[in-house]
Amino acid sequence: MADGPPSIWEWIGRNWDTGRVDSIKNLLIDHLTMSLVPILFALVVALPLGLACVRWRWLYQPTSGFMNVVYALPSLPVFMLLISVTGLSQATVIIPLTFYGMAVLIPAVVDGLGSVPDHVRQSAVAMGFTPLRRLLAVELPIAVPVVLAGLRVVAVSSISLVSVGALIGQGGLGGLFTRAYQNPFMPPVIVGIVLVVALALVADGLLVLAQRLLTPWVRARRGQGS
Amino acid sequence: MSWLTAFFGWLTEFFGNGANWSGPDGIPMRLLEHLEFSALALALAVVIAVPLGLLIGHTGRGEVLVAVTANLARALPTLGLLVMFVLLLGTASSWPVIIPLVLLSVPPILVNTFEGIKGVDPELRDAAYGMGLRGGQVLGQVLVPVALPLILLGCRLSAIQVVATTTVASYTGLGGLGRFVIDGFATKDYASVVGGSVLVVLFALVVQILFTLAQRVTVSPGVSRRLKVR
Repeated sequence: MADGPPSIWEWIGRNWDTGRVDSIKNLLIDHLTMSLVPILFALVVALPLGLACVRWRWLYQPTSGFMNVVYALPSLPVFMLLISVTGLSQATVIIPLTFYGMAVLIPAVVDGLGSVPDHVRQSAVAMGFTPLRRLLAVELPIAVPVVLAGLRVVAVSSISLVSVGALIGQGGLGGLFTRAYQNPFMPPVIVGIVLVVALALVADGLLVLAQRLLTPWVRARRGQGS
Repeated sequence: MSWLTAFFGWLTEFFGNGANWSGPDGIPMRLLEHLEFSALALALAVVIAVPLGLLIGHTGRGEVLVAVTANLARALPTLGLLVMFVLLLGTASSWPVIIPLVLLSVPPILVNTFEGIKGVDPELRDAAYGMGLRGGQVLGQVLVPVALPLILLGCRLSAIQVVATTTVASYTGLGGLGRFVIDGFATKDYASVVGGSVLVVLFALVVQILFTLAQRVTVSPGVSRRLKVR
């Protein structure tokens, strides 16, 4: 230890799995939990709410207005204000991120369902599909690409926003940033930034893959053309 | 609902305290600092991103650049960038904080400007050329006015991000409203945390409203009507 600061690889090796709460491995797991849970919650809430907004048009204006306001709220003050309700816990980070996710996903669901061509809907009616079957077999699949595009935005920004939670002691990988600042030392920041960006890119890539698998007709159509 | 009474207790304690309203760390000065940093960062971002977006949208060259920055910028963790630049450049000036703020706010403006210009009806563009306008004139007199709603949307999204990030930047010793939030949290002074948070939230909402108003004023009524017809 006497021969200067450790190299970045040495530092990673020494901190990867120390068995302590703030080992890189544990921070990574925390980070994943705190970003994935809100994405799932947001999707579970946004799908029915988006459907309701399409079914009852008057509902969309107030919902999107509310979501616009939510989206404008800065994360750190919202975390701080929530502390008085939820205490210092992961919920303090998860709840606002869920709302940010909804703010992006609800318009995506509405736009996606809006992109169903009218003649397709009418064909489904003519073929005797019940409204529920029409929704599940025709309208939702057509909406999938738009919803997934929204989901990509949510996933990437959620993964990067979680790190702000470090300022209230719930940061996941953001913990590396505060550690580096309090004890001026570059490797933790670099490792943190690289891991957050890598997580975001992996999540983005997985969603692109999901889109390919869920909408095989897009490629089939392209294949027919050539 | 005990937290609600506590909440209002903290609010009255913070805003009722005369000492919070004066001096270099009083509410007016912090507000001004927050405005200064946010406005400077946003102005720099606009100066960089709008011409670049216009150029790429108009010439169709460099579209890959737009796609890549858009995705990468959303993934970059603000707090990490702040700490990295502070460690690299020190805290003698506020540039270590301004640079990441600009980096984060360029992409939304760039992407929306580009999309706005690219999305203009090609027939409209051809008609303008047919009337004898030259490249620059087509851009300035036809494409920009039609794309203005999207360009302003990009600026609004960036402004929201900058205001939020300026709050976080206070962690690295910068002034601004984030000081109340972050110092208050460190010293367990919850009146300051709650008061500061409410101030930042109000600030962000006012910014959002101002941009919406600016859009209503600057977008030509012809454009907004035309968009409705389509």
